[in-house]
Amino acid sequence: MNEDNNIKDDLDFWATNSEEGGWNISSTDEGSQKMLEEEDEKQIKIQTGSDVVDDYVYSEETTDDERMIVNMGPQHPSTHGVLRLQVELEGEVVRRVKPVIGYLHTGMEKTGEELAYFQGPTNTTRMDYLSPLFNELVFSLTTEKLLDIEVPERAKAIRILMTELNRISSHLVALATGGMDIGALSMMIFGFRERELILNFFEKTSGLRMNHNYIRPGGVAADLPDNWQKDIKEILKIIPEKLKDYDEMLLDNPIWQGRLKNVGILTTEECFAYGITGPSLRASGFSWDLRKTQPYSGIENYEFEVPLLTDSDVFSRWRIKVLEIFESLKIVEQVMDTIPKGAYRIQDKKVTPPPRQRLDESMEALIHHFKIYTEGFKVPPGKAYVAVESPRGELGCYIVSDGSSKPYRMHVRGPSFCNLQALPVIMADSPIADAVAAIASLDPVIGDVDR
Amino acid sequence: MFSPDNIFTTTIDKAVRWSRTQSMWPVTFGLACCAIEMMAAGSAKYDLARYGMEVFRASPRQADLMIVAGRVSQKMAPVLRQVYDQMAEPKWVIAMGACSSTGGMFNNYALVQGVDHIVPVDIYVPGCPPGPQSLMHGILTLHDKIMEGEINR
Repeated sequence: MNEDNNIKDDLDFWATNSEEGGWNISSTDEGSQKMLEEEDEKQIKIQTGSDVVDDYVYSEETTDDERMIVNMGPQHPSTHGVLRLQVELEGEVVRRVKPVIGYLHTGMEKTGEELAYFQGPTNTTRMDYLSPLFNELVFSLTTEKLLDIEVPERAKAIRILMTELNRISSHLVALATGGMDIGALSMMIFGFRERELILNFFEKTSGLRMNHNYIRPGGVAADLPDNWQKDIKEILKIIPEKLKDYDEMLLDNPIWQGRLKNVGILTTEECFAYGITGPSLRASGFSWDLRKTQPYSGIENYEFEVPLLTDSDVFSRWRIKVLEIFESLKIVEQVMDTIPKGAYRIQDKKVTPPPRQRLDESMEALIHHFKIYTEGFKVPPGKAYVAVESPRGELGCYIVSDGSSKPYRMHVRGPSFCNLQALPVIMADSPIADAVAAIASLDPVIGDVDR
Repeated sequence: MFSPDNIFTTTIDKAVRWSRTQSMWPVTFGLACCAIEMMAAGSAKYDLARYGMEVFRASPRQADLMIVAGRVSQKMAPVLRQVYDQMAEPKWVIAMGACSSTGGMFNNYALVQGVDHIVPVDIYVPGCPPGPQSLMHGILTLHDKIMEGEINR
C-alpha cells in the first residue's frame, strides 16, 4: 500500500513537471541551475542534421596540421546501419573517435506508451531487429512480473527454444557481416545461407521471418507446428557441420589472424567502467551471463556452459560467438527432448483471449474477447525491471504502470547502446584499417542504439 | 562470331530501356530491419546476381537505384536526400517496407511519414519487413516499368 503511494507521488511529480514546460525551469533559488539552454534555430538545425558542424575541433589542437577529422557514415557500408563516426586522425592512426547516434531514432519508447500491453511486443520486436524474439521476451516477462502471473511450462520451453534459435541466427549475421567488413566475403554468403534454415523455422512457427510478435504477455502466440522436431533435427545436424567449415576457412588463416589478433583490446576494467555486457565482456575473461546469474523463463533447467576467453581482442570476440552457437544448439536439443505437454499460453481469462470457436458458444467469451482486443487487460500499478541475456548483452525492460491498460513509461536498456560507448576506447591509437574490425566485433545494431 | 550476316534490328528506345534494366546497381542504403532482408536477397539463396544487381555500390555516383530499406527518421532525411541528389541520372527509387512507404506503425514525432515526402518513389514494396521474394517482385515490377516508360525522364 505504502509503495503504491510512492509511485503515485512519482507520477504526479512527472506530470506536473511536464505540464509546466518541462525542464526549462529557471528559479531564483540559489544553487539551482538552468538545465537546458534556450534552443535557437541554429542549434535545432544542428540537432536535426540539416546543418552539419564539426563540433569536434577544439582550440588547442587546431593548429596541428597533421590532425584531420574524417566523417564516417551515416551512409557507410561497414557501420552496421546508420552509425556516424567522427574520427580524428594523425596520419593513419586514429587518435579519437566520437560516435554520433540518432539517425534511426524511431520514438519507440513513446509509441510504447500508446499501445496496450498485448500490443507491446509488436513495438519492441522492431528495436533490435536481429534478435526480435529477445525483445518480445523481455517485454512479456516484465508485464508478467507486474501482473504477477506464471506462464505454463510448455510456454517457457517454447520461449527458450525460440530465443536460443534466435541467438544462433543473430550470431550468424554477426559473423557474416563481420567477415564482410574485414574482407572475407565468403563468410557473408555462408552466414546468411545458414541463417535461412532458422528463418524458415521461424516462418513456419510464427508466420514471419523477422519481427515476429510471437512471444506475448501470457505465453506465446501459437503452438509449435506439426513435425517441428524434424526441422530442429535438421538445424542441429547442419549448423555444426557448417561451423566446422567456417573454422577450416578462418581459424588458422594467417590473414584472418593477422587482422584480428591483438586488435581492439577491451579489458575487463574498461568493460566495467562502460557497462559493457555480453560476448564482449566474456571475451575479456569475465564470466557473466544472465542465463546463469539471473535465470529467466526456466533456463536454469538446461545444461550448458558459458564460453570464456581471455585475450580481450577482436579475435576472441569473434571466436566467442562461434562457441556460443554450439552452446545454444545444446540448449535447443535439450528443449526438444524434454518439452512438456500442455497449454502454450496462460489459461487466465483476463489475459488470454478465448479461442475463436468459443465465441459462438459463450457470451462470456465474447465479452472477454471484445474487452481484451478493444481496451486491453489492465495491469496493477507498480514498477518492474527484468533483464535477459540477448546475443549482444544485457537487454532490460523497465515499465511503470499506473493501473491502466497501457504502460505509463516503458524504457528498454539496449545492450548495443551501452556497448557502443566502448568504441572510442577500442579505436583510440590504433590504425584506421582496424576501425571496421573494431566496429564489427562489438556487433552494434543501430535499431537497438537509437530505438 | 560477329559475322556481317548477323543483323539485329531494334529501335533505339528499346535498346536503351533494355540495357537499363539489365544491370541496375543499387546504392547501399540499408537503414533498419529491411536492410537485413535486402542483404538476404543479395546472398546465396535468393541471389540478386541473376538480375545483374548484386553489386551494392557504396558510392552513389556509381548507382542507378536507391532501395530505401527501413524507417527514415527526421535526422536521416537530409542525408537521404543528399545521397539521392548525388546519384547520376537516370535513377530510380524503391521504398522497401511499410515504414519507408508510409511511416508504418510508427506514427510519431521521429519518423518521416513516407519517404515520398523527400524523394520521388517509383515502386512501393509492402511488408514489415518484405521478404526477399517481395523485394525481387518489386525489382521486376520496376524493370517492367522501365521497359514501358519514356526514356527521357
